Amino acid sequence: MNPRRKKRLLITSSLIAGLSLAIGLTLYALQQNIDLFYTPNEILNGKNETGEKPEIGQRLRIGGMVLNGSVQRNPESLKVSFDLIDNKAGQVTVYFDGILPDLFREGQGIVAQGVLKSENSIEAFEVLAKHDEEYMPPEVAEALKGMEHLKTESELAK
Amino acid sequence: MWKWLHPYAKAEKSYALSGKLMPWFLVIAIPTFFVGIIWGLAFAPADYQQGDSFRIIYIHVPAAMMAMGAYSTMAVAAFIGLVWQIRLAEMTVAATAPIGAVYTFIALFTGAAWGKPMWGAWWVWDARLTSELILLFVYLGIIALYNAFSDKILAGRAASILTLVGVINLPIIHFSVVWWNTLHQGATITKFDQPSMATEMLIPLLIMIVSFASFLGLMILYRFRNEILQRESHRPWVIALVKQSLKTNKRG
Repeated sequence: MNPRRKKRLLITSSLIAGLSLAIGLTLYALQQNIDLFYTPNEILNGKNETGEKPEIGQRLRIGGMVLNGSVQRNPESLKVSFDLIDNKAGQVTVYFDGILPDLFREGQGIVAQGVLKSENSIEAFEVLAKHDEEYMPPEVAEALKGMEHLKTESELAK
Repeated sequence: MWKWLHPYAKAEKSYALSGKLMPWFLVIAIPTFFVGIIWGLAFAPADYQQGDSFRIIYIHVPAAMMAMGAYSTMAVAAFIGLVWQIRLAEMTVAATAPIGAVYTFIALFTGAAWGKPMWGAWWVWDARLTSELILLFVYLGIIALYNAFSDKILAGRAASILTLVGVINLPIIHFSVVWWNTLHQGATITKFDQPSMATEMLIPLLIMIVSFASFLGLMILYRFRNEILQRESHRPWVIALVKQSLKTNKRG
């Protein structure tokens, strides 16, 4: 390789390396803010790394699994409440007034956006359903039912 | 060791080689597209959670993969073009950018159309969706920068540098669903683990990926050849080529 080519190789490589480093550091600094949502455990006990807890009245998103048997609908209106859990100790109640997405069901992972009302309850104005990366026909899902729920929990643990 | 490659640094040789390769890509792209899309849309079983709506995966995932594949191609070409100053590599960057931009747009559009019924929202500012949108903007930036210069040697160099700057976005897109809490699902097939998809759903998806990849190759070669003709239009071999094709057209 002739010296000029070597110099260009060096310049180009250091351009890429420098940029990767700069952006890597930026992303590392922003780590907390890029998360789309808090998990129920993080709302009660704070984020894993910093222990920072959300304040009451703060607008936030929460992501978790709908606890089986916790969905309560008001027969006269669209008002609904349900509990969200994760694989740790967290359990947070969500109150919502509106139409739920089709995928919403007990045991489903969802993301709700709203305002923290008290330490463990949220008044949501938007509820989104989260689905995992598993794709299978209904028969297979039936056969794997128990396993499949375990998988969803560990998925939410991230 | 690399001596056999040397003739292809010449535009004329590359033009001839890419012309020979193009039919092969076409022969792979078209049958796989029809087999994959019909199998995926009509014969693959419905998903246990999402029902028939999941079938948009057969467009969404191949398009998103090729959006990143096109960018990787550009990044390698940009690096070679900058270090060894091979103009053909810079032409590859310029030729690939619009194709990659279209694939990115398809991925974003099908993603939005999928997100509305499943998640309940067209768009969410989560890490995966946002980084993919940035990819589209980077593509548009490269296209605009390349066309902003009338001196194409300068334009090629500038576009290559911008391509290398944007390459940092690729790992961010890929790992965004791992590093952060996102609404977007995690990886189904692009991971070291076994794919989390039933085999009878997976096979048509893989066929579609092969089809989109060969179509990408075909389009790159097509635009690459156009780029060569435009940039070398004053060269004797191009003039001879044009004269010859005019003659055959007249006869036909």
